[in-house]
Amino acid sequence: MSRFDWLSEFLAELEEEHVVVHSGSARALAPAHLLRIDPEDWGKAAAVARNMDLRWAGIWGDEQDNDIVLSALLVNQGDYVVLRTAVLSDNPEIASHTPLYPGANRPERHLHDMLGVRFTDHPDARRWTRHRAWSEDQHPLHHDFPVAGNPPEHTPADADYPFAPIQGSGVYEIPVGPVHAGIIEPGHFRFQAAGEPILRLEERLGYVHKGIEKIAVGRDAEGLARLAGRISGDSTVAHTWATCQAVERACGMRPPERASIIRGLLCERERVANHLGDIGAICNDVGFAFPQMQCQALREQWQRHSAELTGHRLMMDVVIPGGVMINLDETAITGLRDAHVRLRDQARELFDILDDQPSLEDRLLTAGYLSPDTAKALGASGYVGKASGQAIDLRADGLYAPYSRLQFNTALSENGDVAARMGIRQEEVFSSLNLMDEMLDMLEQQSDRIDIFAELPDAPCGEGLGLIDGWRGEIVSYVRLDEEGRVARFFARDPSWFTWPALERIVLGNIVPDFPVCNKSVNGSYSGHDL
Amino acid sequence: MMRILNRIRATGTLTEPAPDLHDPEIEALGREIKTQVDARFAGSLAIREVDAGSCNGCELEIHAVNGPHYDIERFGVHFVASPRHADVLLVTGPVSRHMETALRRTWEATPKPGFVIASGDCACNGGEFGVSYASCGAVENVIPVDIRIPGCPPSPVELMKGILALIGTAKTA
Repeated sequence: MSRFDWLSEFLAELEEEHVVVHSGSARALAPAHLLRIDPEDWGKAAAVARNMDLRWAGIWGDEQDNDIVLSALLVNQGDYVVLRTAVLSDNPEIASHTPLYPGANRPERHLHDMLGVRFTDHPDARRWTRHRAWSEDQHPLHHDFPVAGNPPEHTPADADYPFAPIQGSGVYEIPVGPVHAGIIEPGHFRFQAAGEPILRLEERLGYVHKGIEKIAVGRDAEGLARLAGRISGDSTVAHTWATCQAVERACGMRPPERASIIRGLLCERERVANHLGDIGAICNDVGFAFPQMQCQALREQWQRHSAELTGHRLMMDVVIPGGVMINLDETAITGLRDAHVRLRDQARELFDILDDQPSLEDRLLTAGYLSPDTAKALGASGYVGKASGQAIDLRADGLYAPYSRLQFNTALSENGDVAARMGIRQEEVFSSLNLMDEMLDMLEQQSDRIDIFAELPDAPCGEGLGLIDGWRGEIVSYVRLDEEGRVARFFARDPSWFTWPALERIVLGNIVPDFPVCNKSVNGSYSGHDL
Repeated sequence: MMRILNRIRATGTLTEPAPDLHDPEIEALGREIKTQVDARFAGSLAIREVDAGSCNGCELEIHAVNGPHYDIERFGVHFVASPRHADVLLVTGPVSRHMETALRRTWEATPKPGFVIASGDCACNGGEFGVSYASCGAVENVIPVDIRIPGCPPSPVELMKGILALIGTAKTA
C-alpha cells in the first residue's frame, strides 16, 4: 500500500458534498497534506472524514492579521491531513466537529477559552481550560492580550463550575482534588456513585495550566525546545523531539542521521522507564507491593544509566533544534548493549511472576474496560488505544527517522481492560529493547565522529508539524516561525487529550476503590493536557 | 510464591547509605534550621507533597526518594495523604493561578508551625514559566517558604539533602 492512496477518494467525496478545496499542498506541512477549505464547509468536511473512518487528532487556531486561521488534523492509515480555514477574528464562528468526533469536545473548548472561537453546534458550552484567572470575554492567545494578563490579586477557586447533576435514591457525590492524596498532579474528579459502583465520573482539569502556548511566542528555537521539554516531564524527550522536528521542518532542514538515531534511542529509553514505573504502580494500586519495589529498582538503575549517558536522569534538554547534545561512543554503546541484556532478563523473570499470580489476575482482568468502539470514537492512541484494538503507532508508520529504517510490529489487544493495558506495556518494554539494539547496530555502522548537530538556517521562517510516538502515544507539535525566526505560534497536543475522556468511560460500573488502578492504567498527563 | 521469595532474596537490600552532607551550602542550611527543627519534630517528619503546577518531572524524582534505593522513610520521613497530618509541605511547580487558592487552602490546613519546602527551579524562582497571566511564579509569591531545593528536577539525592538538612537528623557531617 502506498502513501495517501486514499486521498483521491477523500477529495472526490468532498467534491461530492460540494466542499471546495481551494488549494492543496503536500509540502507546506509535510508529511501531512494541507487542504484549504471555506469556513462554511468545516462541518461538512468533517462529516466526509467521519464517513471514511478518518481519525480526528487535534485542532489549533492562530491569529493572523484580522483572521483566526484554524487547522484540524485528520489521520488515515498513518497518513495525515490538515484541514485549514480562516474565520474573522471579530466574529470567529465555525461548526463544531464534536457531534461527529467526541474526542474533539475538550480541544474545541480549549480553543474557545484561549482564542474565542465559538463552535456553533458544540454540545457542551462550558469552559474547559479557563478557571477564574481571566474572564469569559478575554482570550489569552489574542495578540492584544498581554503575557502578564490582568489576573485578580488572588485567583479564586473555580468553585461554581457547573458539573452535570445526577439524582436518585441513594446516589451520592464524591469530590476529589485538585490536591490528591498521593504524589501526583492536581486535577478534580467528581464521582457520582450508588453504593460502591461508579455511576458517573466527570473530570475537571486545567489546574496546571501554565500558559505554555502564550509564553512560547517570541522565543527562539532553543528556548522553545527547553519549554517543550517541560510540557510533561515524564515525556520530556518525546515532546522536545516533536517540537524540534516541527522547527526543523519549518526551516526546511533535517538533523544529521546520527542525531535521529540517538533521539530514537533516548525516546525508547523514556518509554521503558515509564512503562516499568507504571507496571509497578498498577500492581501497587491493588495492594501488591513486591512488583512495585522491583520495578522501582529497575527504573532507578535505568535512570542512573541515562544520567551517565546524557548528564540528566530524565534526559531533559538533550534533544535540541538541529540535533542532539550528546554523542555515543563505542564504550557507551557496549554499556547499553549490556544493560539491554540485563533488563531483558530481569523483566522477563519479573513479568513471568506477574503472569502467574491468580490474585493479581483477579483484580486486573475485566477491570476498567474500554471498548474498541469507544477507543476509536475518542481517537485514543498509545497503550490505551492498543489495548482496545487501535493499532496507532507512528513508529510502525515509518514517518520519521530512525524508525523509517526499522521493522516494527505494534503490540495489540482487543481485551480493553487494565490487564490488557498493562500487558501492552510489558510487550513494549521488550520491543523497545529490540528497537534500541537495532539502533545501536545503526550507530556502530557509522563513525562516531559523524555530526550530531546541524545549524538551523539564519532567520528561518515558515511552519512545521512534528509527529512523534511518545510512550503515551501520538504527540503532535505545531510551530510557526516569524521572519526573524522567532516563534509566532506553538501548539503541542499530548495524547492525554483523548485518554482522559476514555478514563471517564473506563471507570463506569467499577467500584470507587478501583479508581486508582483504573487511573494508573491510563496515566494521563495533567500538565501535558493543561498546557 | 517461592519465586517471589527467591527474587526478593536475590535482589537483597538495594538501599544505599545516607548522602554525605559535606556540601558546605547544605551544611550552612542545616545549621541554620537544625536547632529549631530538632526541638519541634523530634527527628521525625511528615511531608505532604503538593504539585502546584509542575510539569511532573519533580514528582518522578520524589517518587524515587520513596523507592528501594533511597528509602527516605528509614530516616523517619513519611509522605502523608493529608496536609492535616503534615509538618512540612513539599511544593513543586511554579504556582499556576488555577492552583493558587488550592495551595493557600492546603497551607491553611497544615498545623502550625508548618514548614514549606519549595522543590525544583520552578518552585524556587518560577523556572521556565516565570510569572504570567497563568502562573504566579515562585511558591514564595503565594505562601511563605522556609527552604529551597533547586534543580530541574532536583535529583533524589538533592531532595534528600534538602529534607535531611531540614530535619537535621543526618549526623554523618
